[in-house]
Amino acid sequence: MRSYVPATREERARMLASMGLTSMEELLRDIPEGVRLRHPLDLPGGLSEKEVLAALKGYADENVTDRPIFRGAGAYRHFIPAIIPALASLGEFLTAYTPYQFEMSQGMLQAIFEYQSLIARLTGMDASNASVYDGATAAAEAMLMCRDSTRRQKLLVSRGLLPDVLAVLRTYAPCAGMELVEVPLAEGLTDLAAVKANAEGAAGLIAASPNCYGLIEDIASLSDAVHACRGLMVAYAEPISLGLLKKPGGLGADIAVGDGQPLGIPLSWGGPYVGFMATKQRLLRSLPGRVVGETADADGNRAYVLTLQAREQHIRREKATSNICSNQSLCAVMAGIYMTAMGPRGLREVAESCLQKAHYAAERIAALPGMKLSYGAPFFMEFVVESDISSGTIDEALRGKGIVGGLSLDDRRVLYCVTEMNTRQEIDALVDALKEVCA
Amino acid sequence: MSRSVWPTCFEKSHPDRRGADIPALDVPVKENLLPAELLDDAPPALPEMSEREVMRHYTGLSRRNHGVDNGFYPLGSCTMKYNPRMNEVVSAWFGGLHPLADARDAQGALRLTYDLERALCEITGMDAVSLQPAAGAHGELTGLMLIRAYHARRGELAKRTKILVPDSAHGTNPASAAMAGFEVVEVPSGADGGVDLDALRAACGEDTAGLMLTNPNTLGLFETNILTIADIVHNAGGFVYYDGANLNAVMGIARPGDMGFDVVHLNLHKTFATPHGGGGPGSGPVGCKARLAEFLPAPVVVKREGGYALDADRPFSIGKVKSFYGNFGVCVRAYAYILSLGGEGLKEASEAAVLNANYIMHKLRGAYKVAADRPCMHEFVLSTENIPGLTANDVAKGLIDRGIHPPTIYFPLIVREAMMVEPTETEPPEVLDAFCDAMVELKALHEANPGALGEFPLTTPVGRPDQTLAARKPKVVG
Amino acid sequence: MIPNDRKYTKDHEWVMIDGDMATVGLTDFAQHMLGDIVFVELPQPGDSVEAGGRLAVVESVKAASDVLSVPAGEVVESNTALEDAPEKLNSDPWGAWIARVRVTTLNEETLLNQDAYAALVKVEEEKA
Repeated sequence: MRSYVPATREERARMLASMGLTSMEELLRDIPEGVRLRHPLDLPGGLSEKEVLAALKGYADENVTDRPIFRGAGAYRHFIPAIIPALASLGEFLTAYTPYQFEMSQGMLQAIFEYQSLIARLTGMDASNASVYDGATAAAEAMLMCRDSTRRQKLLVSRGLLPDVLAVLRTYAPCAGMELVEVPLAEGLTDLAAVKANAEGAAGLIAASPNCYGLIEDIASLSDAVHACRGLMVAYAEPISLGLLKKPGGLGADIAVGDGQPLGIPLSWGGPYVGFMATKQRLLRSLPGRVVGETADADGNRAYVLTLQAREQHIRREKATSNICSNQSLCAVMAGIYMTAMGPRGLREVAESCLQKAHYAAERIAALPGMKLSYGAPFFMEFVVESDISSGTIDEALRGKGIVGGLSLDDRRVLYCVTEMNTRQEIDALVDALKEVCA
Repeated sequence: MSRSVWPTCFEKSHPDRRGADIPALDVPVKENLLPAELLDDAPPALPEMSEREVMRHYTGLSRRNHGVDNGFYPLGSCTMKYNPRMNEVVSAWFGGLHPLADARDAQGALRLTYDLERALCEITGMDAVSLQPAAGAHGELTGLMLIRAYHARRGELAKRTKILVPDSAHGTNPASAAMAGFEVVEVPSGADGGVDLDALRAACGEDTAGLMLTNPNTLGLFETNILTIADIVHNAGGFVYYDGANLNAVMGIARPGDMGFDVVHLNLHKTFATPHGGGGPGSGPVGCKARLAEFLPAPVVVKREGGYALDADRPFSIGKVKSFYGNFGVCVRAYAYILSLGGEGLKEASEAAVLNANYIMHKLRGAYKVAADRPCMHEFVLSTENIPGLTANDVAKGLIDRGIHPPTIYFPLIVREAMMVEPTETEPPEVLDAFCDAMVELKALHEANPGALGEFPLTTPVGRPDQTLAARKPKVVG
Repeated sequence: MIPNDRKYTKDHEWVMIDGDMATVGLTDFAQHMLGDIVFVELPQPGDSVEAGGRLAVVESVKAASDVLSVPAGEVVESNTALEDAPEKLNSDPWGAWIARVRVTTLNEETLLNQDAYAALVKVEEEKA
């Protein structure tokens, strides 16, 4: 059994004696007898390091992760440079907590400041917070920003948002006193006419681009429609695509949110990822959670601090902008390292590679008999294919070939994702396997 | 380290450098795949640095930071215990698993989730657990949503609008209650630092949805009246919520489920030794008694013949609170920790945490004011109130110069000049002694020369930053 | 020190009444207790406020506190100069007003005059 208690039995006895005590029980005397646990926890006995490694290996070996994969839908496999895990495992970052003591935490504060700056540059915004849990909760926090900034209780949400993002919004909305109006899609894109018809009195609109079908939305027109009724535009963005696409800030979005997972963070069965939130200057003080700011010490040395803290729960309590305390700092730092290492050219190359490979795959799949793309709008790295063959049959057939296919959306439609990780050989194998299914 | 500025990545940028590459395109390149109006003229203005520069940049930043690996970190309510490296290794084995993988390809992750949930049920005395919440505050919100869903299903939500929160509570409690749509009613603490029973009785009624409580509380004191407190709230038709931030005091000693609590959240990054990552990621699983289980976030992991599966068919579930299934990588680390220690080891950890806290409190009792005159649990609160002119902030800055991360200061709000000390079980007595010596030395320095502490810290890259400037003219991006 | 051209509240706000117009600010004692004020969340002209309702929020580095409205009425104007210079509440508390409210109802009995407020401050200072 491992123990991380360094004090020996003798040392513990000596510590008790220094307090005039002879047993631990005397320190626990405030716990009423009626609530004391008088039997050992029903858990297996402790294990040595080697045994724990073996046990966990047993779990890990039951997962299958070594096949080519064409599945995204909110979690994306991209290349992760080795420096990211190396730097993120430095004990000074890994084992610190929220940088409350600024002088002793300048490294983490600056790393977060740089993350905020990088996110702002990526999204074309003026300000960013230090992260929230994930893209879905970032969208939920953006809903609260819209409510509080406009004092309106209705929010438009596009059905083009990822299912989990919509699900989280539906969970949060009734608690926040918000009514969600779900905007349908037309030809796979957020129905602009429906937005216009419902924008009056709405706090804003949340829409994704690329959306849940991989299609690129007309954020500028959606922004205009909500702005015409003094609502706010929240763009849910995919960060890699911003290496190529116009930035939400330039398209009229007031708030940009999304999940930073594609920026160097492993899939890890859904988490931990990182939710980013960026906004225009006038909404800076409405951002939830931690925000790092630059200032100076008494000698004029540049210094970083947690700022705008009076909005936060530890001061404002029930009147805080959000309850968030712990966020996803280390994941934010990983995303920061990714953006710094890739640089503008690297990010554009990743985006270009995803775009080219996805279109190479889409074109070949759509050329197969009985298969076609469901939508005609421009897409980035995900696309929907429909066919007369059931999605389940396709999935099983690909499985038989050692390929993780796209995500079944329903019985006839499959959402494929192709990234820079998929080689031409893999794509060709996918197409060949699908060809067999069609035959 | 003396005063120094570390240039930002943008200041270190040189045109045309880069720190990472990807494979050359192996498919035929096509032009104009996207309409020109969708494309930005230039990629985002990210810095341009070589791989070596990126390594040095972040390594340099790391040297301007303090973690548990560097030294003592008795930050109250945060449980800054040692983070075993083994757990980092095992977590990485799950890094490649896509969250939407077929259940047949994710049996290991599903089984681990199932087993961790069972272990957390046993540790807390609850009947069901969800790993979906991403952090403690997120767990609070989720737990309150369960309470909300229960009252709503009984048609009582319109009436049960209030959540009671002690004045000593973590700020997340009232903030979470407000976010869950409840009205917050503050309950004062009694003279002994616990919940004032008369005030609680007066506050409880037909409008009570529940009470949020930390036990031991933020003064590090066990609520001796916990069973009475739970009865009062239950008799009013409310639920009792356990803020698990302080669970490290009682593992294997007492369980929230046996104290009358109906819902708990845990902080895996505190009690179960997963690294805090400079502020996250954490993980905030929520546990509950059977009568609330049907409301837990969906999907839930179920064990069926032939294997484990995700069950999303949960008609009364509050829904999802996060994408996918939570901060799974953090859960893997916590599970490895539980397997390492076993039931006996968890109890030993809690006992040692309580011993360490009491040891320090006993040694510092003469020098500083102790908020309560009884044994503490895993943490306690000191105050400089007995020392004219000395502030908790000055003491904190003096500790920094001695290589020690300061305690949590100015919390709980009910103690003036508060310093909340939580040593954890993973520190040996010589580290505790050195901390006590530093605390006594700082007091002596102040008494010999009032104001002497005002210039601390001297050993850090920067002196005390101007927070007023930062908040008046916020500069949050560079 | 404490001007006698206006009335005061127990929450350390001042109210200057001119016809149906009430101008609200923070007292010198209030700004002193708050410390460096870094931000003021101002009401919008046209907002209606209840007696005892939140009129504005003032933030210092470590605290945020509500400025409660004494009268019920409608906000006519807020002091937008405070948006860029919240420090005026510290440097010139008697001059730096926060908002003007057109009064619909006002319970003047709850207000303190100069002497009564001076006495209140004296008690509070002794406590601190």
